[in-house]
Amino acid sequence: MKNLFLIGFMLVSGFAIAQTEGYKVGDVVKDFALKNVNSKNVSLADYKDAKGYIVVFTCNTCPVAKGYQERVSALNSAYASKGYPVIAINPNDAGTVPDESFEKMQALAKEKNFSFPYLLDPNHIVTKQFGALKTPHVFVLSKSEKGNVVEYIGAIDNDAEGENPDKINYVQNAISDLSVGKKPAVTLTKAVGCSIKWKKG
Amino acid sequence: MRIFFIICLTLITYSSSAQVKLLTLDDLEKRIAQGKDTTYVINFWATWCSPCVAELPNFEKLRVANLKKPVKVLLVSLDFKSKLQKEVIPFVKKNNIKAEVFLLNEQDQQQYIERIDKKWSGAIPATLFVNKKVRQFYEKEFTEEELKSTLLNLK
Repeated sequence: MKNLFLIGFMLVSGFAIAQTEGYKVGDVVKDFALKNVNSKNVSLADYKDAKGYIVVFTCNTCPVAKGYQERVSALNSAYASKGYPVIAINPNDAGTVPDESFEKMQALAKEKNFSFPYLLDPNHIVTKQFGALKTPHVFVLSKSEKGNVVEYIGAIDNDAEGENPDKINYVQNAISDLSVGKKPAVTLTKAVGCSIKWKKG
Repeated sequence: MRIFFIICLTLITYSSSAQVKLLTLDDLEKRIAQGKDTTYVINFWATWCSPCVAELPNFEKLRVANLKKPVKVLLVSLDFKSKLQKEVIPFVKKNNIKAEVFLLNEQDQQQYIERIDKKWSGAIPATLFVNKKVRQFYEKEFTEEELKSTLLNLK
């Protein structure tokens, strides 16, 4: 009996942890409606012809995220037309870091000519649903009958500095696999990034 | 005269190169294993990480408060190795950092992040409290008070 109770407790606490940690590979993503830099709302469902999505949590100020800006643009140029558009979301709170404001996001999108939406996530609601913990943090999704399924979580590549001779393009590889009907060979990677600047208080 | 010159040169080289050493995870594990009853408070930071830079003084206060105890504060920078001379060493000098500072000499982020802690996303700042018996990892910023109480309540 005592053991049974223990197992029950472990299951419950395991469930509680899973609830707070965000999506895992294989989970179905809840759609959202977030304000883009052009002030119009964007949802995953807006992309009727999409086969999937490259959701990138990125921001205005993190040096690592900035180092990846061009690579994120290149991903959208390469894959939006193939059915995998980039959706960028800024998880940071402008009250905590003023340079993360909506106006600064608009300025950045204009300056860097973003060809993809760059969305504001007030109160970190979508950030927490995904379980994004840093910038940049990528979630590759594929559209299925069940909904939009998480296929890959992690880094864009293993070359933050742009000098790795053994560079692996994780996101590109995941999409290559998905577009031929396979599951990505690598589904989870890690890289150093900036912590999310959560709202204080 | 010649001896004076040599002494000057030695002093200059010593003071300008002494602050930041390269460190592999093997080096770090060895240090912990040889540390006997020492608790290591190992902060992972980078010169480009503003919350990391902001909390460094809290680690300095912790270091000073525990000078007579078996506690060592190690600041391990995750800056690119190519930034050691141009960014990290000048930063350490400019901010007059007294704790031991290292630059992590590991190539594969994928591997070293997991090795430091399986739950770590790779976001910094992050801090590891470790001794021979306990290993507690935190992916968060620390206030001076939080550092103090985490160290006290380590078990």
